[in-house]
Amino acid sequence: MRLKEKLVLGSLVGSVRDGNRLALARLLSQVENNTPEGKECLNALFPYTGKAHLIGITGAPGSGKSTLLNQLAYTFRHPPEGEQARRVAIVAVDPTSPFSGGAILGDRVRMRELAGDPDVFIRSMAARGSLGGLASRTAEVVQVFDAAGFEIIFIETVGAGQNEVDIARLAHTTIVVETPGTGDEIQAIKAGILEIADILVINKADSPLVDNSEFALRSMLDMAPIGTDYYHSMEMRNNPGLNSPKDWQIPILRTVATERQGIDALYQTIQSHAEFLQESQEWIERERVNLQTILDNLIQNSLIDQWRKSISNDVYQTVLESLISRQTSPYQALQILMKGVLP
Amino acid sequence: MNEPKIRVLIAKPGLDGHDRGAKVVARALRDAGMEVIYTGLRQTPEMIADAALQEDVDVVGLSILSGAHMTLIPRVLELIRANQQEHVKVFVGGIIPNEDIPALLQLGVVKVYGPGTVTDEIIRDIRAQLSSSEFSEK
Repeated sequence: MRLKEKLVLGSLVGSVRDGNRLALARLLSQVENNTPEGKECLNALFPYTGKAHLIGITGAPGSGKSTLLNQLAYTFRHPPEGEQARRVAIVAVDPTSPFSGGAILGDRVRMRELAGDPDVFIRSMAARGSLGGLASRTAEVVQVFDAAGFEIIFIETVGAGQNEVDIARLAHTTIVVETPGTGDEIQAIKAGILEIADILVINKADSPLVDNSEFALRSMLDMAPIGTDYYHSMEMRNNPGLNSPKDWQIPILRTVATERQGIDALYQTIQSHAEFLQESQEWIERERVNLQTILDNLIQNSLIDQWRKSISNDVYQTVLESLISRQTSPYQALQILMKGVLP
Repeated sequence: MNEPKIRVLIAKPGLDGHDRGAKVVARALRDAGMEVIYTGLRQTPEMIADAALQEDVDVVGLSILSGAHMTLIPRVLELIRANQQEHVKVFVGGIIPNEDIPALLQLGVVKVYGPGTVTDEIIRDIRAQLSSSEFSEK
């Protein structure tokens, strides 16, 4: 273990709760590296979680997620008169190289406005091989921020394509950022990322193509069958008893993040969404989804680990070779490996 | 447990607008399997030290070509220490006159790289620094 990680755990948990930024930074590393110490601290901190509003921001690379987030976080720190400033944490995920395992984490470049504010904490994470748009420990890192008293936690996904939808299972509010000129109506009705939006943002809305984009997105929303609760469809909405008392109409907002245009409206919309979630009990439902996802992932990983330990490498290699020489089909190979003995 | 990754902050302190060198180094470190946080241009020492803290990095690389190194670098080092991050290794690259190098090393900079440095040398130095101290005893 690294010297800097040799910390007294009791004092680490206490320091994090007391707002010590160094302790927080170190604990985040422990959690990210999935150390036994990190897990112990998560256990101790878990009772303090469940208070923050988790806001996901996703969208294609270069759509302006980080710039938008910079402006949004600034607004949460300097809200309109009469509203309270909130403590803000940002978890920004960027991709890991599949070849070297290294990463360039560049989201801070766009977050200059937040520098020097002691109630803002920005942490960059590399995806480390995880494919759903988040890193495998993002949920745990968010828990640490939550327990440390950050009231608003932004999670910025890797630049997402069509299928990186894990964020919807973690966040209370998911913002999908689109840009003008990136697809027609057919793109807009495909399954995937657009389905997870609670709020749709068309950033770079000073482009002349913005009307077309808004038209395509609006048509997509209008195609939802009448009476269906459109948002977070499929498995996230599979319990009819918990349907919301009033529908959330997915808003489409225009922003020019570099000019701070449309940011206040987006801020207000996020607040309205939080109120909607609370009033409709949907907040609780989403917490259930979030925690169940975390638990299921842990079970999966732990079962895989257990199974790996239970099977001898020789057996595994023998089966693999016979698969590669096409004497055994993948399903047959699976059967043999699940039994653990060669036929 | 996952293998801990070496985390590096690459920063451009002060008012020079040339970051090609910083980007080349960032890219080389990425290809060597490190996680590189890039902060962009025109950073104050305060911004750099705060980013190093939040990101819990092992290494800070400062790229500076403006000539203000004897003002900016001591301040960055002072702030990193004030944050109790004494374990962070600080490297400097850019246009640094030879006569200034001993003073920078004296202040705690691990090494100064000039034009023409081979990126492999930087990678080797970072690994050697971290394995001789903290990364060795896992």
